[in-house]
Amino acid sequence: MRMDIAMNVHVTDKRPLALRMENITKRFRGVVALDQVSFDLQAGEVVALVGENGAGKSTLMKILSGAYQCDGGKIELFGKMLARANPQQILDLGVAVIYQELLLANDLTVAENIYLGRLPKTRSGLIDWNAVHAGARRAIARLGFDIASDAKVGDLSVAHRQIVEIAKAMSRDARIVVLDEPSAVLGDSELQSLFGIIAKLAEEGVSFIYISHRLEEIFAISHRTVVLRDGRCVAIAKTGDLTKDKLVKMMVGREMSSVYPDRQPRIGPPALSVQNLTNPWLKDTSLTVRQGEILGVCGLAGSGRTELLRALCGVDGAKSKSFTCGDLNSMPTSPKQALAHGIGLLPEDRRHQGLFIEQDLAFNIAIAGLGAIRRRGFLSRRAETRMAKAYIDQLRVKTPGPRETIGNLSGGNQQKCVLAKLLNAGCKVLLIDEPTRGVDIGARREIYQLLVDLADRQGLAIIIVSSELPEVIGLCDRTLVMRAGRITGELMRGEMSEERIMHAATD
Amino acid sequence: MAMQFQDHDGAKTFGTSQGILQFLMRRAAISGLLMALIVLVVISALISDAFLSPYNLINVLRQVALYGIVSIGLTFVILTAGIDLSVGSIVAVVSVSTAMLLNIGVPVPVVILAGLAAGTAFGLINGLGITLLQIPPFIMTLGAMVMLRGFALTLADGRPIDVTSTANNFSWIGGANMAGMPVAVWIFLAVAALSFLVLHYTDFGRHIYAVGSNAEAARLSGINVPGTKLGVYTISGLLAGLTALIFVSRLTVGEPTAGTGLELEAIAIVVIGGASLFGGVGGVVGTTIGACILAVLANMMNLVGISPFTQQIVKGAIIIVAVSLEVLRRRR
Repeated sequence: MRMDIAMNVHVTDKRPLALRMENITKRFRGVVALDQVSFDLQAGEVVALVGENGAGKSTLMKILSGAYQCDGGKIELFGKMLARANPQQILDLGVAVIYQELLLANDLTVAENIYLGRLPKTRSGLIDWNAVHAGARRAIARLGFDIASDAKVGDLSVAHRQIVEIAKAMSRDARIVVLDEPSAVLGDSELQSLFGIIAKLAEEGVSFIYISHRLEEIFAISHRTVVLRDGRCVAIAKTGDLTKDKLVKMMVGREMSSVYPDRQPRIGPPALSVQNLTNPWLKDTSLTVRQGEILGVCGLAGSGRTELLRALCGVDGAKSKSFTCGDLNSMPTSPKQALAHGIGLLPEDRRHQGLFIEQDLAFNIAIAGLGAIRRRGFLSRRAETRMAKAYIDQLRVKTPGPRETIGNLSGGNQQKCVLAKLLNAGCKVLLIDEPTRGVDIGARREIYQLLVDLADRQGLAIIIVSSELPEVIGLCDRTLVMRAGRITGELMRGEMSEERIMHAATD
Repeated sequence: MAMQFQDHDGAKTFGTSQGILQFLMRRAAISGLLMALIVLVVISALISDAFLSPYNLINVLRQVALYGIVSIGLTFVILTAGIDLSVGSIVAVVSVSTAMLLNIGVPVPVVILAGLAAGTAFGLINGLGITLLQIPPFIMTLGAMVMLRGFALTLADGRPIDVTSTANNFSWIGGANMAGMPVAVWIFLAVAALSFLVLHYTDFGRHIYAVGSNAEAARLSGINVPGTKLGVYTISGLLAGLTALIFVSRLTVGEPTAGTGLELEAIAIVVIGGASLFGGVGGVVGTTIGACILAVLANMMNLVGISPFTQQIVKGAIIIVAVSLEVLRRRR
């Protein structure tokens, strides 16, 4: 329900400037990544930075953080022109960048992380632990949270780790905070508290640059929006003057009538059916998904939605009263067995669970179904290349070729390759956890289209777990809502609305 | 890169040969390594007249074979992001027991099989500790290294065991020539070719790269991760056993101190060959070139008369330089 989170922060036009970036240009080996980008940021203002992957958002932020030096342009920070500066100096000047993959030391405590690299010392030169913990508690309390300062960061939830990152930035007196896709790892209630913190700190005069692919959030939190496309700044506007359609059009440079493709569902017999699925995270969960059906599963983070998919494909152990999927009549006990019977998982965390990052596309696509490229007992490189090329064409993967290292691809194209891996493995039931996480809006549409084609034309059964309700409503024939490991609601196409889903997920 | 696009039409005609070339180039960043080896060979030939003599070259090849076989075993392990420190000690135990078996008159084929089986068994035990008991590979094989060394010393009572039985054809493995090359070199070539085949043309090979690249993604892709790990440690043990047989055959003595430091030498070779200790990157071709580089270097320094002590300094420096070049190349 991201739309409901409206912030009532009023920014007068007379605030001092915190940052001005002017005509920033950056080239990589002759390729222009940023072309004379200018924008400014007032004290206490929240500016959203949007654009497709590759539009130049992260390059711009890396220049701000000192990780890259720009080839042209000027940066004015708190009224002072910035000459060449390294990341440490920028940090000292009060700019903190909080990356999507949080840079915390998981084995250290909250307090140690907050004071990492600048632990206060007593007069004798030893660490002043009292000051460390007191300071850490203060920094977290300021954000309105209660996290033990001696807790190990690795034991915290992702949301709390993010709070620690922000507390760390604040305790360094950061006056500009860059948040790079903070919502990717947060559930809805956690996101609300993050927005609360942003609003609170903005009122105290801290400026934010908020990067996100989720447009609802931008409308909820930002005062102004800066749109980048192909390394140029195509618009800077008051967020209140924009609409979602306008924003999408500016980001992709073309009209996008609807992000969600039309469905022509032809729903067949049951493809997978399970009764009374139980394990430590799931309680008597039953469901059936049919051939050609796209079934959504919604719920807050921790509701058991991811665990449901993991149980169905044999990653986590689980018991059930009955299980049927094709000729398989008992719960799969390993991903290997699940795949052998056509059940494949597209995991939530692509980098850590889906990709073989050093390997090429063909390797990544072939690995779960090597039988497809076996010729006379041995794997054929030629057959592999041909197979990979076919998927590259079918799924419209943008790449120089099947031998490109997969790490060089954008998130959307990587996602397509993981999907191709499951298709090559012969999957008939796709379990998809967050299909468009970290995928830009242009590629999102393509992935939606692919999923719809797989269901409507090829009769695959697809279960989608997503925290983005519009995605579920736009794609699915039916939606199950989960809460605390149980299914608490079932909505058919036409009955689905964000309100009804949230109602079933939270009551 | 540019070539790839220019030769778009040509690629069809010369598909295979170009494909193989590209494959080799990519797989282990071979081009740079090969260049380094060629430069080293040229320098050696210029510095010493003796270097290019057939006798000397065969000596170098024999050295390559001896270290290369163990290094290929270790390549399998390192590709899965593992490590095997026990190979040197496995060589010692198998050397000693091989000499003892020969001395009590056990037939040569049985001795050979026993040696290979012992190596395989030690590797399997390493693998079981790492997969079933989930002991970190470094610790498991470190323990095995120390234990097996002690085992070898105990068996031999701390002394070298001379192979006394005269009427055997065992020395053929390490000593004889076949088609102008030492049998040991042929064995190495066979091991290398077979390993290349396994790594690139079988499911098991793919699984090795996948497990080393991302074990969790491998599991979710239906790969038997523990089985794959078990396989690589077993192979490493088997090839250590094979090396021991060549050792004993060549030297006609079972040394309980044989293979001391061999594991480190082999790790150096694998890493110089372009493999990543984090797994998923590396291969037989790179390792073979790595073995050649170290062998040529050692040989050249011997010919020039550089003291063994100085040689160690140079060797260590080469390892660091080779890896930093590789790191730089990747970063670009």
